[in-house]
Amino acid sequence: MADKVLMKGNEAIAEAAIIAGCRHYFGYPITPQTEIAAYMAKQMPKIGGTFLQAESEIAAINMVYGVSSAGKRVMTSSSSPGISLKGEGISYLAGADLPALIVNAQRGGPGLGGIQPSQSDYFQATRGGGHGDYHLIVLTPASVQEMAELTIKGFELADKYRMPAMILADGTIGQMMEPVSFDFEVAPQIEKPWATTGTKMERKHNIVNSLYLDPATLEVKNIERYERYKIVEENETMYEEYMADDADIVLAAFGIAARVAKSAVNEARKQGIKAGLIRPITVWPFPKAPFKKAVEHCKAIISVELSMGQMIEDVKLASEMKVPVTLTSRVGGMIPTPNQILEDIKKAAEGGR
Amino acid sequence: MDYKRITLLSGHYGSGKTNVAVNMAMELKKEYERVTVADLDIVNPYFRTLDSKADFDHAGIRLIVSEYANTNLDVPALPQEIYTIVDDTLAHVVIDVGGDERGALALGRISDRIREENDYEMLLVINRFRPLTRTPEDVLVVMREIEAAGGIPFTGIVNDSNLGAETDAETVRSSLGFAQEVSKLTGLPVVMTAVEEELYEELKDEIPDLFPMKLQKRPV
Repeated sequence: MADKVLMKGNEAIAEAAIIAGCRHYFGYPITPQTEIAAYMAKQMPKIGGTFLQAESEIAAINMVYGVSSAGKRVMTSSSSPGISLKGEGISYLAGADLPALIVNAQRGGPGLGGIQPSQSDYFQATRGGGHGDYHLIVLTPASVQEMAELTIKGFELADKYRMPAMILADGTIGQMMEPVSFDFEVAPQIEKPWATTGTKMERKHNIVNSLYLDPATLEVKNIERYERYKIVEENETMYEEYMADDADIVLAAFGIAARVAKSAVNEARKQGIKAGLIRPITVWPFPKAPFKKAVEHCKAIISVELSMGQMIEDVKLASEMKVPVTLTSRVGGMIPTPNQILEDIKKAAEGGR
Repeated sequence: MDYKRITLLSGHYGSGKTNVAVNMAMELKKEYERVTVADLDIVNPYFRTLDSKADFDHAGIRLIVSEYANTNLDVPALPQEIYTIVDDTLAHVVIDVGGDERGALALGRISDRIREENDYEMLLVINRFRPLTRTPEDVLVVMREIEAAGGIPFTGIVNDSNLGAETDAETVRSSLGFAQEVSKLTGLPVVMTAVEEELYEELKDEIPDLFPMKLQKRPV
């Protein structure tokens, strides 16, 4: 107990990043993720790190590119509209095979939208978000503790596969406070022989770049990158199953929606309906296996989201539409109640849609 | 606790000021006809006293809060009726000051009037489980920053040390020494230890000035 602290989700991300060895943070303020920047501003100077409030999101993501090229762990954070601004830089990071951690505490959209929680940047996060063929490793915490753990995981995966990773959180998990323990193992950072750290006249120049003058070379680069993505899909998919083994009605939900969905599952079980939950923790790579397994016994799948229906497309693909897949959602900063989900579980259990 | 006309609650953000403020107002209402809660938080647009609006209405407590609290407009706005705090001297007021020194800046507008009237307590809310106020020295730094920004010196300490939903009696017990150290370092008395009401019975005989609280509901 004594080793736990009470933190906002945003603070947990910042502290975990520091524990992971990140000493460079670049950002631009936006609600509801500002506590990350505030925490970094307070702590980085004390530990010899760099906190820099850039003149814009675009500047911040390009500073991330610079530090990553030099082989150091680096992060930036923002919320939905700010992530759109970072889109070009994120694509450059992917094109130059650079690791970095990007945090999106999603808020209601489109446009300026609002400051209340949302999950409507799912497409943006899982399909790349910027231009060109690429992916990010996308991690979706559902508690303040996971905000910390997945931040460390994100840095490790990004380094291992030389690609940017994203924490896809939302305004609620960023703002709410829960006890956190930082009592976990952090693996030592891996060597980065590709980094532009100076040759010391002992090796050839390293080049970090996303521009290729010869289209045939660019094609090879893209194909090689997708070979690496395949390995990520095979090895790094994460999910949680909750009473899904024998479930007639399976809910699919990530992040904050999964917490509400879990309450609905518990209530449904009390009322004699066999409900369960599959909670993707990585949404890229998307966990297809548990859905393939679920359609062998379930009658219907309900995708619970804070969007007009985005993850539902991946759920449909993974389940190959062998059972009906429907959507339960609230948008614009609203959160579904366990009751709303329960009503839809009942409808599905009765065979209605 | 013997309440002055104005009770101000300030401290590091996330220490639990809002929950203490809401519960103090409810307690004051048992004794006084006119009770006002003034939410001067210009920093945090979430988890505001406004979440207790229905309870205040039911109890007949007046709430002064920026009309933009809990909306999609994230602007550091003060409520229009801010001068009622110092003009309506028949009301007992609990002021929820925003977190850290940035939040305390909002006090500047009325701090001279509060000092002039001189019927106030300025309480420092502390939680030893918040990561940036884990040592008494950390608390002292935050305290001095708030005093410099808000222009009102602290007069006492509220020990609100908690671990959210995981708070148990042992959590509270383990914070008492910390609160005493803060008291020694700052020269301020610990005027109360605030706990969720479920823990009150278990702890009331061993902890002086124990204050039972009903906590505001969270969305998930």
